[in-house]
Amino acid sequence: MSAVPAGIAAVDGDGFLGRFARRPLAVGSAVLLAVLAALALLAPLIARLAGIDPNEVDLLSRFEPPSAAHWLGTDEIGRDVLMRLLLGGQVSLFVGLSAALASALIGTAIGLAAGYWGGRPDALLMRLTDGVIALPLLPLLIVLAAVDLKKLGLPAGLADSEAVSLYRIVAIIALVGWTTVARLVRGAALSVRTRDFVLAAVGQGAGPLRIMAVHILPNVASPIIVATTLSVGNVILLESVLSFLGLGIQPPLPSWGAMLTNAQELVTSAPWLAIWPGLLIFVTVIACNLLGDGLQDALDPRASE
Amino acid sequence: MIRYLLDRLVQSAAVLLVMSLVIYALIGLMPGDPVDLMISADPKITSADAARLRALYGLDRPLVARYASWLQAALVGDFGYSRLYARPALDALWPALVSTTVLVGLSFLLALMIALPAGVWAARHPDGPADRTINVLCFAGISTPPFWLAILLILLFAVWLGWLPAGGVPTRAGAGWADYARHMALPVATLTLLNVGAYLRFMRASMLETLRQDYIRTAEAKGAGTARVLLRHALRNALIPVVTVVALGFGGLFSGALITEKMFAWPGMGNLIFDSIMGNDYNLALVALLFATLLTLVGNLLADLGYAWLDPRISYTRSEK
Repeated sequence: MSAVPAGIAAVDGDGFLGRFARRPLAVGSAVLLAVLAALALLAPLIARLAGIDPNEVDLLSRFEPPSAAHWLGTDEIGRDVLMRLLLGGQVSLFVGLSAALASALIGTAIGLAAGYWGGRPDALLMRLTDGVIALPLLPLLIVLAAVDLKKLGLPAGLADSEAVSLYRIVAIIALVGWTTVARLVRGAALSVRTRDFVLAAVGQGAGPLRIMAVHILPNVASPIIVATTLSVGNVILLESVLSFLGLGIQPPLPSWGAMLTNAQELVTSAPWLAIWPGLLIFVTVIACNLLGDGLQDALDPRASE
Repeated sequence: MIRYLLDRLVQSAAVLLVMSLVIYALIGLMPGDPVDLMISADPKITSADAARLRALYGLDRPLVARYASWLQAALVGDFGYSRLYARPALDALWPALVSTTVLVGLSFLLALMIALPAGVWAARHPDGPADRTINVLCFAGISTPPFWLAILLILLFAVWLGWLPAGGVPTRAGAGWADYARHMALPVATLTLLNVGAYLRFMRASMLETLRQDYIRTAEAKGAGTARVLLRHALRNALIPVVTVVALGFGGLFSGALITEKMFAWPGMGNLIFDSIMGNDYNLALVALLFATLLTLVGNLLADLGYAWLDPRISYTRSEK
């Protein structure tokens, strides 16, 4: 292991990009995610161009099958399914990315602190990590999502707003999702801390923050990137589960999980409504996972060959 | 070893204690309280009555005081009454625990029976077309939203083909084993499909790593047959990390089955936890969540013990880590 990040140093020649390009599944996943993200970002524009209001209720055209006007049909209150799927993608991808990044930040901070200082802080932080890992994740998320923010002193208008339902789910998932990155970073920090180049830097008077940022972080960049990519998929899955249970994203904001809330009753009357949102969740999550897997192999060739 | 075990038991008890306080506080933050529910059930209750009822149930006392009295009772085995089930919370918990154990245990065994041989096989033929297919299928299993898989299975087997019931358990008196099995088929299949991918990938990765070791080459050079090398030399070592990971995840399976249980109306722990949280059934939610935590902790402990048992090189007598 060198002080130079493996991923960046190896870009030239048969380096990272070359190894990555040789993994069709990972490349395909990256392209797919890019297309999905672009479509989701452009969703409001597409809706305006097509002249469809994704929140417009039309009780006269409920459960319509796919047609020229509504490519994927309409839902139980006559809204266009395709437009809601695109907008829902915005929500799911936003939650996935921001919660994964927030988890990575918390995990990096905790891992660095534990690995750098060692001893008592390390023991304490790792006990905390073990404790969080031992918690029953799903029930705990349900409890956290059901907490009434008004009882925490938030004004009623704010507590029930769309934006808060969005940020709160990011916060909840980040709160329990940081453990993997924390362990990775701690391990790397422990092993790098005692190496000669770090000791030399300390001898030259570098402070803890500089050591962490310049000498330790570059060494763990690759595993952090991989873990975060994989956790984007996981977060999207968790968000969909919570929204499906009615505890995540609140209507009328569309989310892929929330679109399936009534799916169980719909399977007999309108099966396509139960299929599309789930398919998009599935495709997005598997693409994140395959991308993470490909990145892992490309960033760390020793692991595979 | 004994010291280490005691240490771990104390640690687990501490996690449980902290968890109980956290859950207690969180549940207090959920919308409504038992008296609100009485008010909505009986519009004749005045605000003076409500205040009197809150005082009667101790709901006007500060959180810490309420938690202290709950803990005092809990330590002697009194977890209070379940509001939803109208019986002691523990009595409501047991049957749910039994049905979840049946569901989770069966799909756990099934998943292992598929994952272990398939993982070993994939590691023997790495990067072949079959291995690549298995790899993508594993990722598919890991990436499937549980409720969607349940919907697809219901759609296919219950709605279109009409072979299996869409959920529930046999309610008729004298329903035989066959009927029970028919109701279990879809939930067990869902859980198995969701879990098999992760196990398979661990088994494959671990076996691949083991097959690269020098002693495997030595065994092959000695002239040991493929089967002998795989089963006698490689498998035991390759199983060590797999046992750890699987045991670590085992406790989580009980609460992780929540969605599957909900989709198929299976009367297990997951459904009970969800209903008790949503129904403001404080006592039941607390004891069920604590039980779920306990199961995860026991899984972790078993993982450590299994590790030591499979790998004699590991010693826990010295100070850990």
